[in-house]
This record gives sequence, structure tokens and C-alpha cells, in this order.
Amino acid sequence: MEWDWNFVREIMPTLIEGVKITILATILGSALAAVVGLAIALLRRSSNRLVSRPVGFFAEFIRGTPLLVQLYFIFYILPDFGILLPPLLAGVIGLGLHYGTYTAEVYRAGIDNVPRGQWEAAKACNLDARQTWMHIILPQAIPPMIPALANYFIAMFKETPLLSAITVLELMNQAKSVANSYYRYIEPMTLVGAFFLVISLFSVVLLRWLERRFGRVGE
Amino acid sequence: MIDWSGYVGLMLQGALVTIELTLMGSALALFMAFVAGLGRLSRFFAVRALATAYIEFFRGTSIFVQLFWAYFVLPFLGIELTPLQAGVLALGLNVGAYGAEVVRGAVQSIGKEQYEACVALNLGRWQGMRHVILPQAFLLMLPTFGNNAIELLKATSIVSLISLADLTFQAQVVRAQTGNTLVPFSTILIGYFALALVISWGVRSLERRLARGIDGVRV
Repeated sequence: MEWDWNFVREIMPTLIEGVKITILATILGSALAAVVGLAIALLRRSSNRLVSRPVGFFAEFIRGTPLLVQLYFIFYILPDFGILLPPLLAGVIGLGLHYGTYTAEVYRAGIDNVPRGQWEAAKACNLDARQTWMHIILPQAIPPMIPALANYFIAMFKETPLLSAITVLELMNQAKSVANSYYRYIEPMTLVGAFFLVISLFSVVLLRWLERRFGRVGE
Repeated sequence: MIDWSGYVGLMLQGALVTIELTLMGSALALFMAFVAGLGRLSRFFAVRALATAYIEFFRGTSIFVQLFWAYFVLPFLGIELTPLQAGVLALGLNVGAYGAEVVRGAVQSIGKEQYEACVALNLGRWQGMRHVILPQAFLLMLPTFGNNAIELLKATSIVSLISLADLTFQAQVVRAQTGNTLVPFSTILIGYFALALVISWGVRSLERRLARGIDGVRV
């Protein structure tokens, strides 16, 4: 079978619709993962074992099971309990939760890297816990984490095709539907691959820049 | 009430396929990791370029896209693969690309004096690699290889989308036949988690075994 440029031109608009959803899902998922990761990291540090232990186990469990199964879980099981989510929202929650457990480790490494003296200085200045976190620890801990966080967001981007399994009309799903209706797989599938490769190569450049700008931690 | 006993066998069959895929995929990944990882350290430009292209390509495009490409596009190019072959090929090549960077990093982290000692003992490049460098580097690679194997295990769930009857696929079958979603999906979540625990336990004990003789030398 030959490569057909006319067919490529014909399906391009559909694929671009899919690209938009893919990027939207990545951005929303990244935002959620950044928040969930911070929450997990802080809860795991709690001195109350009834909080830190279950949260730790929950994070390990999510990290040890496949994202696809978690997506099915959110999409098919929550409706049994009366929570009906649109596919994209279910997908974003799945991505955010799954990658939140990874980013939690980055936050942990970043927070551990703040020298002890800073905690002691905060205490000496009579700051309370909230002030210490907001004004002393997090502003120093977060910048060095940025490259490692970005790394996970790129990884998440490459997992967005899984959302097609729960009927989100992202790039992969659009490609599958054109491929099935014309019974031509070469162009759509190759274009999806090329698209991911191009974005990934760009993001590697961005990552190198972030590493130069902020340094690296938690690798 | 649903009689679950008949479905247990189905789930076990699925688990067997998942384990089979993980083992075969890991074997291919390990092989590719060493070929490409050492290829990147080669004296010859062509070998280095080839290894780099392989690594960047398979890390840059999503595993999902690679699997679909292997299953749907290769037949048009005259290569017919069964779902199992396509699954092992995509998983092995993808995770192998990540592993290659681990191999390269570990080999490069071995001190210069070890290479000088090889020269002093009149070992050839291959002999030095085989008897001096790799035994030490392999120990450094093991923890990351363990993580990669767990990633591979989780990635096997996507082969259910190309109709291979693994654990996730069987859960979908059970769901379709019983109308119950909670039980099959909870079961496979626990199943995947248990398999992940087995892998991390296995890697840890292997690490202890291999470290036995070598520790005194390294420190």
C-alpha cells in the first residue's frame, strides 16, 4: 500500500481537532497532578500515623497499578455510586491522580533538600506552620523541582492516547475512527506517531532549558 | 446473586497472559537496553547514531502509538503479527529504549581507575567490559531496571485494546457478562498490585545476592 498525500490532506482537520483535546487533557491533568502531588507529599509527612500511613499506601497502590484500569474504574464504576462524569473529566481525574503519585515523590525530594537551618530559622523568627511552609520552605523547594515535574508532564502527554479507551475524542481516537472508516491505517497511525515525536523532541529542548534555568533535583 | 466461581478461571487465564507478556517483554527490553546502551558508548559514529535514533524514537512516541503501529500498519507493509507478538515487540522495544539510558548512565558512572586497571592488566575492550565494568555497573542498574519492569507490567494492560486476552481484557469480558463492574475491576487492580510487589521483591533479593561479593571491592 502506498503513502497517499491527498488522504493526509483530507484527514488533517480531523486530526487537529484531536490534537486540541490531547493538549487540553495534558494541561488540565498536569495542573491536577501538581496539586494532588503536593497534597500527597504534605499528608505523608504528617506526624499523625493514621493520616500518613493510609495516604502512603494509597499512593503506592495507584503507582503499582495500570492507568488504563484506573480510567475504567473511574469511568465505569463511579456511575454505580451516582457520580456520572463526562469522559474528558474522568480522563483528567485519572491522569491527575496517577501522575500525582509520581509528582509527590518529586515534592518529597525537593522539600527534603531544603536545609535544616531554614526550618530552625523559621522557628527562631516565631513563624507558625503555615507561614513557614508558605514563606520559607515552598519558595525554596519548588524552583529546583520544576525540571523533574516537567519530565512527568511530558510522560503524561505520551499516555493521553489511553483516554481513547474511555471514548474521549483525542488524537488517537480520531485517528482510529478515520482509519476504520476508510480502512487505511498507514497514514493516520504514522501521523499520530510523527506528531508525538515532534512534540517530544521540542519538549526535550524545553526541558534542557528548564534544567539550566532551575538546576535539577530528585532524579 | 452472581455465581463468581466460573469466572475465576477466566481471570487466572488473563493473569497468565499478563505474566507471559511481562516476562517476554522484559527479556526483549533487557536485550535491547544492553545493545542500545552499549551502542551509544561505541567508538564508531554510525553505531552511536543508530543507537541514539532508536532511543529517541521509542522514548519520543507513545507506547500506545507504537503498539497500534505494530498491529495495524505492519500488516500493510507485509509483516503480519499476532497480537501477542505485536505486544511483546512494542513493549520490549519501548521499555528497552528507557533501559538503554540506564545502561549508559551506569557504565559511565564506573570510575576511570577501573578502566585504567583494565588497560594495566592488558585486557581487551570487550574483556574489560565483560569482567570488570559490567559486573559493577549491573548492580547500579538493577533498582532502575526493577522500576522499568513494573512500568512494563502496567503497560501490558494496553494490549487488551488490540484484543489480546490479558487480565484487563478478561475483566471487560466478565463485566460484559455479569453487568457487574466493581468486582472484576477491583480484583484486577489488586492483581496488578500483587504482581508489582512480586517484581520489586524479586529485584531487591537479586540485588542483595549480587552485592555480596562485590561490595567490599567497590567501597
